[in-house]
This record gives sequence, structure tokens and C-alpha cells, in this order.
Amino acid sequence: MDQTGFSSAHLLRLYDRFECLDRDNRGYLSPNDFEAVGGLAMNPIGGRIIDAFFSSGQDTVDFSSFVRILAHFRPTDRNRNKEGTQQELPNSRTRKLKFAFQLYDLDRDGKISREELLQVLRAMLGLQVTKEQLQSIAERAIQEADLDKDDAISFDEFKKVLGFFLLQSQSLVPDRMKRIPPLRMILALTCSGVLPSLVHLSPSTETMMEVRPKSRDRIIRALQVCRT
Amino acid sequence: MIKEKKKYILPLANREVIEANHHVTSVIPESALLICFGFILGGMIWGADKVQTFTLTPTVFFYFLLPQVILDAGYHMPNKLFFTNLGGILVHAVIGTCWNAASLGLSLWGCQMGGAMGDLDIGLLQYLLFGSLMAAVDPVAVIAVFEQVHVNDVLFIMVFGESLLNDGVTVVLFNVFDAFVSLGGPKIDAAEIIKGIVSFFVVAFGGSLVGLVFGLLISLLTRCTKNIQIIEPGFIFVLGYLSYLTAEMLSLSAILSIVFCGMCCQKYVRANMDENSVQTVRYAMKAFANGSETIIFVFLGISAIDKVIWVWNTGFILLTLLFVLVYRFIGVFFLTWILNRFRLVPLEFVDQVIMSYGGLRGAVAYGLAVMLDENKIKEKNLMVCTTLIVVYFTVILQGITMKPLVMWLKVKRAAVTEVSLLEKLTNKMFNHTLVAIEDISGQIGHNYMRSKWKYFEENWMSWILMKPSARKKQDQLFDVFHQLNLKDAMEYVTEGERRGSLEFVRNENSIIDFKKKSESESFDINNANMSNDHGAMSNTRDPIPSVSLEMHEQTMKAVREAEAINAHHLLDQHLYKSRKQHRHRFSRSHFDINRDEKEVQEIFQRTMRNRLESFTSAKMGVKPPKTIVKHTQKEQQQKMPNGKSMDKAKTSYSGDEGSEGDSASGYDQSYMRATYRAGAGIENPAFMPDLDPMDLLQIPPWLAESELDSSMVALSHRAQVDLPRTPSNLRRLAPLRISTRSTDSFTLENIPDTQQMDSDQLPPPPPPRPPRDDGYV
Repeated sequence: MDQTGFSSAHLLRLYDRFECLDRDNRGYLSPNDFEAVGGLAMNPIGGRIIDAFFSSGQDTVDFSSFVRILAHFRPTDRNRNKEGTQQELPNSRTRKLKFAFQLYDLDRDGKISREELLQVLRAMLGLQVTKEQLQSIAERAIQEADLDKDDAISFDEFKKVLGFFLLQSQSLVPDRMKRIPPLRMILALTCSGVLPSLVHLSPSTETMMEVRPKSRDRIIRALQVCRT
Repeated sequence: MIKEKKKYILPLANREVIEANHHVTSVIPESALLICFGFILGGMIWGADKVQTFTLTPTVFFYFLLPQVILDAGYHMPNKLFFTNLGGILVHAVIGTCWNAASLGLSLWGCQMGGAMGDLDIGLLQYLLFGSLMAAVDPVAVIAVFEQVHVNDVLFIMVFGESLLNDGVTVVLFNVFDAFVSLGGPKIDAAEIIKGIVSFFVVAFGGSLVGLVFGLLISLLTRCTKNIQIIEPGFIFVLGYLSYLTAEMLSLSAILSIVFCGMCCQKYVRANMDENSVQTVRYAMKAFANGSETIIFVFLGISAIDKVIWVWNTGFILLTLLFVLVYRFIGVFFLTWILNRFRLVPLEFVDQVIMSYGGLRGAVAYGLAVMLDENKIKEKNLMVCTTLIVVYFTVILQGITMKPLVMWLKVKRAAVTEVSLLEKLTNKMFNHTLVAIEDISGQIGHNYMRSKWKYFEENWMSWILMKPSARKKQDQLFDVFHQLNLKDAMEYVTEGERRGSLEFVRNENSIIDFKKKSESESFDINNANMSNDHGAMSNTRDPIPSVSLEMHEQTMKAVREAEAINAHHLLDQHLYKSRKQHRHRFSRSHFDINRDEKEVQEIFQRTMRNRLESFTSAKMGVKPPKTIVKHTQKEQQQKMPNGKSMDKAKTSYSGDEGSEGDSASGYDQSYMRATYRAGAGIENPAFMPDLDPMDLLQIPPWLAESELDSSMVALSHRAQVDLPRTPSNLRRLAPLRISTRSTDSFTLENIPDTQQMDSDQLPPPPPPRPPRDDGYV
């Protein structure tokens, strides 16, 4: 919880989602479960995003890892500088950039090589673009960003190129996470267009336990995992 | 007699002229043009008859012109989007309209007390009545204007939904105040007011209920009409109109009734009816709606040219205009501010401005005004005139300025900085990432109510209301696959005919010409790039004089700059849009307007292909093709895996790739019939003849031959790129265009809009994995 910065209400909702994705109720997610999310199939980098959830070698994601990855996408708290822990928070600007960098850098060698850039371009551009055009774009992109002339973009160079840009934009915050509605207002939920289960309304786990005893245990377990 | 016929025909003819002039209509909305045309026509008639023989009478309007428009709106309504935003829509429709009515009436009355309007004999109640008829945002006008201005989904549905639902309020308010005016001031007490409030609920819910009942009736009917397919479409219209009349008869809200009728029956009608009937309904509905709309606007114009009704009171008119505009803005901003506290995705400032500015009044207000009783309301003519002027102002002026306003606002907010290529790319990457994370984390959410509804709907309603055969086809993937195959096939045929011959592919090969294909700029630059390497420029640039080295240098520099510009240009043009940017488009006159679908289709295909590849190489390596082919023949009952196996076979040709990168470049080839190109990969002669027995895949016979021929000749570059609809596309895995938004009901009529992407809806791609294992030697 402290690691990820999510509130308990948010965690509950995420757990709900985790359960929903985990169709066989195994307690962890596999790539199949992610692939079942339809929107990803229509996303040019859907496959990469899915891979980002699975740290190397593993092919399962448990709830805590799931939450940890999603924690990258919380809004950056700009006023935490004084604590000096900015670097370690998952939603810090650097970490967000690192996440994005890893989307490019598939072999995790810390550099975006020309090949990798080409792959990304191929994935993100329409099919009318020919190979030669792709190569010229990749060429130029590397020229622009590569400062130490090693024909690859390292994370620092990446940061430098994008640093200004990220300052301006909303820095990888999905709309959903921009606001967490006050959970007590049922009316509110009608207007928000999202009606989470009434069960998950209450911020306290006790009230929740009264209503849904059968899944109580799992949620407690999940929360415990998160609190560690 | 002839004149009467003419009055209906002329506007329709005029519409054709307007449609032909896209320049004009992109600046001035059609509705405005039609009103002007009405002026001219009215002038002609006035000149001829010295009296206005034709006006828009309430009867004609409310009973013959309005229902079709509303039925069309309801039938094509994106249900999912609508119900997701229902809260906001209701708030605006109910509270917003009440606020508009009350504020307008009270302010005008206040001004009269203050003496701004001279001598008018209008009491408070009459002002409130006037306010209530003026308050309603008109669906006809809104659609007409928003067709030109492309706004995002949420905004559109808010305004559109509001304009449809506020009829419930308008009818109630109008009737209540009409009754109050008849009663007279002193007799109004608390009881009456409470009656009024209760009547609102009765009218609104009653109307919706009637609509729902009729919608269900239509669905049930279409379930049983297998043998009378010719008259199936008629039922929709007849029953739709019946719902309108029934509600009207019961003094309930007729518009709400017909809207809900349309919304309710959409899905089942499309599932149950034969395809031809579905098409017929689509076209007929659009035709009627278009026609009605045209006639409405022209009549609005004609009705103005009538000396009898004109009473001018500057104060009244100007103040009305002012108040209508101002209170609309205030109302919208205030309500949205409240709503935003509870919405997950807040409505932005620009959207709010557009919403306020888009609150157009239209023919409904005019119709209600004309319905006023002259005996009770002495100043009826003044009110009618004012209504007309407000209508003209909103439709014409606001309609024309809407688009420039939007552009101005949006341009102002867009950051104008010079961005590098990497930034652009990463920006797009961020967008896609965000969309993906939203999907994963469930933006819509594991919605308790929604899943309950879906359960109920699937198990009970579909069971009752859908034909058994249709229910089977509700396997989304199959249905989409089928629809898109059809679509592909049709497009392929038209493409072939366009190029002049059935075997156009063969002909294309004979004119491979490097110059000829460089018709588009990107190809030119491509040539330039390639020739940079080779030291020669293409014919589109000045040839480098080999003599002067300096000039060479300069041109090279220019070329490099051009390269830079071009790279940016390429990125701008071709980067896939993220899902957030796929705008919802609604058009009265066009069917297939959302061309972003193609992109989505492409992306989907590639993703599926990649998944299959990684699955293949991960589990089984590259197997001999024969085995794969044989196995697919076993699985004829499931079309999807069929297509997939074919795919797999093909892609496993393009090399033993497992990584996305190689597959991406191999994809280039494999997308364009790689297996049939000598250069691409291994040709398996055993593979090709096996295609014929696959009648599901419906390869046009002429094409089967030409494939073998074209395998000998490399397709011209242009053909590769410009021919998206090659037969391999037909055969290929499912352009499984599963929509994540039911806005698709606007563009893909034949695809049921229950294709929501909740995770429990889409079966994971490799369900047939186990059977395939068996098939392998």
C-alpha cells in the first residue's frame, strides 16, 4: 500500500478487476487472461504491454505484481520532493519513463537499438508505410536522440529527449485514475457512468465483509499481500 | 393540387443540390441552407398568392414529419454509450430544461414589470408557458449541426441524448402551464403543482414504457417472420409509428416512446431479420428521416413569409434571444460542474462550451408555439414570431459559427512546439499504453448492474426475442467474421470491376513501372531516399548535375531536410490512432463514415497473427504445412480456427520467426500473399490445391487461377500497397472487428452491438489448442 500509493478503496476495485480477469480463479494471471481483454487486440502495442506485466522468465502475475505495475500510472505527486523518496515511488516521472522505455527495449539491455526501434515503428505505423520509409524514420529518430553516437538510445538520452515533453503532458495517467470519486455517494456513481458493485463502496473492509462473505477471504489475503 | 405536391417535392430536390456542394455545406450547415431556401420559396408563394397558403401546421409536423426523424435517431442510437452516460444526460435533460424554462419565463416577466417591453398583455403564467416551449433543445437541429462538427463521443451523446429526452419535460411543462393558464392565476394551489410534478413522472416513464413495449413487440414479431421476409421491414415502421400514436393518445410523451422503441428493438431486429431486410430498414429509415428533416426546415423558412403573423416587439425579441443564450450557458456550466464532481472522466471546458453553444432550438418549439390557444393568450403572434426568430438565430447563426468556434477553441489549446520524431512516436506510444492500461484495469469496470443486466438479457430476453438461429450466430466472433468476409468480398469485387477486368491482378503485373507507381508524395520521397543511396534522383526532382559538386551538396542537404520533413509527415499520417481518438460520427446521409475502422481492423489482424505465431513457435515450432492443412479440414465446423490455421500455415512460411520484430517485417510480405510470391518463402504446392475444398472461404473462382499465375510475377509495389482487398484477405483470419463501443451501430449496422469487450465476452484466442495437438503427427 505504501509502496504503491493506492488507497484501500482503489485496491479493492483493482482486486475486483483482477478477479474478473482471472477467469479460472487461480489467483494469478497468465498471458491468456490478458489477451482476453478485447481492447488489447486492437492496440498496436497490446502485446508489449502484456509482456510488461510479466517480469522476465515468469508467466504468471499475481495480484501484488499486477498492482505494482499499475501503480506506475497514478498521477505524479508533485509535492513529495522534500521527502527525497521521489525516485522510488512507482509513479514518479522517472519510473514512468522507465516503463515506457521498457516498452521499446524488449531485450532489456538498457538501450533501444535500431532494430528495436524499427520493430516499434512497424507495430505502430499503418501498413502502407514501406520498409524503406520505416528505416529512414528510425535513422532520423536515432540521429536526433543519440548523443554519444553509439547508434542506440540509452535511457538517459531517452529521458533527455522526452523530459520536457513529459513536463507538459499529463504523464501517463489514464483518465480513470485522475479522480477517485467519493465513494459514499451512490447518486454520484449514477452520474459517473461507472457503477462499481455496491459491495465495494465502503472504504472499510469490515462493512464489506458483511456483505460478501465468500470472497472476503481472498480479498483479505490480497490486501495482506499488498500491505507487505 | 399540384402546388401541394410541389411543396413537398421541391425541398427534396433542393437537398440534392445541396448535397452536391460539399464546400458550401462544410461552412454552412444544411439546415441553414434549407431554411433560406424556404424563405425563397415562401417568397415565391407569397408573391403568387398574396397570402401564405402553406405553413407548418402542428398536426402535420407532429404527426407526419417528426416521428420518422426520431425513429431514425432511436434506431441508430449507440446504446452502450447512451446508458453509460445516462445520468448526465438525464440531469441535463430534466434539470437543465426546467431551469431554462423557469429562468426564461421569470426573466422576461421581470423585464416586462420593469417596462422594457412596452405594453404587453402577458401574465406570469403565460411567460412561464412561453419559457417552457422555448426551453427545449431540438434533436433535429442538433443532429443537423453536429454532423458538420466532429466532436468526441461523450459530448455528442450528451447533447444528442439530452435533446431527445427533454421532450418528456417539455411536454409536461407545456401541458401543465397550459392548464394553469386556462385555470387562471388564483386557482393554482399546492395541489395543482403537485399534480404537475406527478404528471411529469407519469408522462416520462409512461412514454418510455409504451416505447419499450412496442420495441419488444417488434422484436417478437421479427422472430416469427421467417416466411414473410418481404414485408418484414414494414413492421418496424408501422409499429414504430404505432408506438408514437399510442403514447400521444394516452397523453404520454410520444417522442420518448418512439425513441425507446427504436433503441429497444435495434439489436433483436438486426439479429432476427434477413440481411436484405436489415438493409432495407436502414435505407428506408434514412430516406424518411432525411426527407422529413428537409421538409421541416424548408417549412420553417416558408412559415416566416407571412404578413399575418408578424408582430414586432424589439424588447421582447431581443431579450428572449439574449436570455435563451445566456441561460443555456449558465445552465450547462453549472450542471456540468456538479456532474464533474461525480464523473470519472470530467467534461472539459471546451466540451462544455460546445454543449452550451449547441443548444439549438428548432421546429419543436415552433410547433408548440403555433399550438397555443389564441383566446387564452392574446399575444400568440408575438410569441410565434419570437420563436421563429430564435429558431433562425440558433440554427443559422449558431450553426454557421459552431465549427469555427470549435476549431478556434481547440487550436488554442493545442500545444505548438517543435517535437522530435522520438517524441512524436513516444507520444503515440503513451496514448496506446494508456488505452491498454485502461482496458486492463477495466475502465468501465466490473460493473455489477451491468453484468446482471447482461446475464438477464442473454438468458432471458435473447431467448424469447431472438430466433434460435440468430442466437447461435450471436457468437460474436463468428458473426463479425461472417459480416466482414461479406464486406471484403463485396469490396473486392467492386475493386476488380473498377480496374476494368475481373482478372485485374494479372493485368496489373504487366505494367510494373517504377515511375508510374510514384503517384503519391510518399513514394516520391521514397524514391528520393532510395536514390540517395544510389546517387541518382527520381524524375520528380531535378537531376543532379554531376559537374558541380556544390550544388550536389546543397541538393543533398535539401533532400535531407526533405527527409526530415517527410519522416515527420510519415509519422503524422500513418501512426495508428489510439482508441480514444476514434471519433464517433453520426450522419443523416452517410452510412460508412468512420474510416478508422480500417485501422482497427488492421491492428487487430496483426495482433492476432502475432499471437498465433508466438503460440506456434512457442509450442510447436514450424510444422510441415501438410499437417496443418489436413487438420484444418477436420475443423470445418468452427470457422475461426480455420481461418487461423490457414494463417498460421502462412505465417510459419515467412520464416521461423518467433519475435515480433521479425514477424513484423515478414508481415510485410505475408500480408500481401506471401505464400504466393516466389520471393517470399517456401512455396508448398500441396498447400494451394487444398484451398479449393474450403468453400467457406469463398474464393472467387477466377482468382484461384490468377493466384497461381501471379505467384510467378512479383506484384508491383503499388499493387502490394494499394490492394488491401486481395483474396488472401478474404481468407485470412478474421478481420475480427469486435467493437469496444456500441457507436458501431452507426456504422456497422449489421453487427450487433453487444460486442462489448468485457473480459468474459471474448473467448481467449486459442480455445482449439487441444484439438490441434491431436492432429499433429
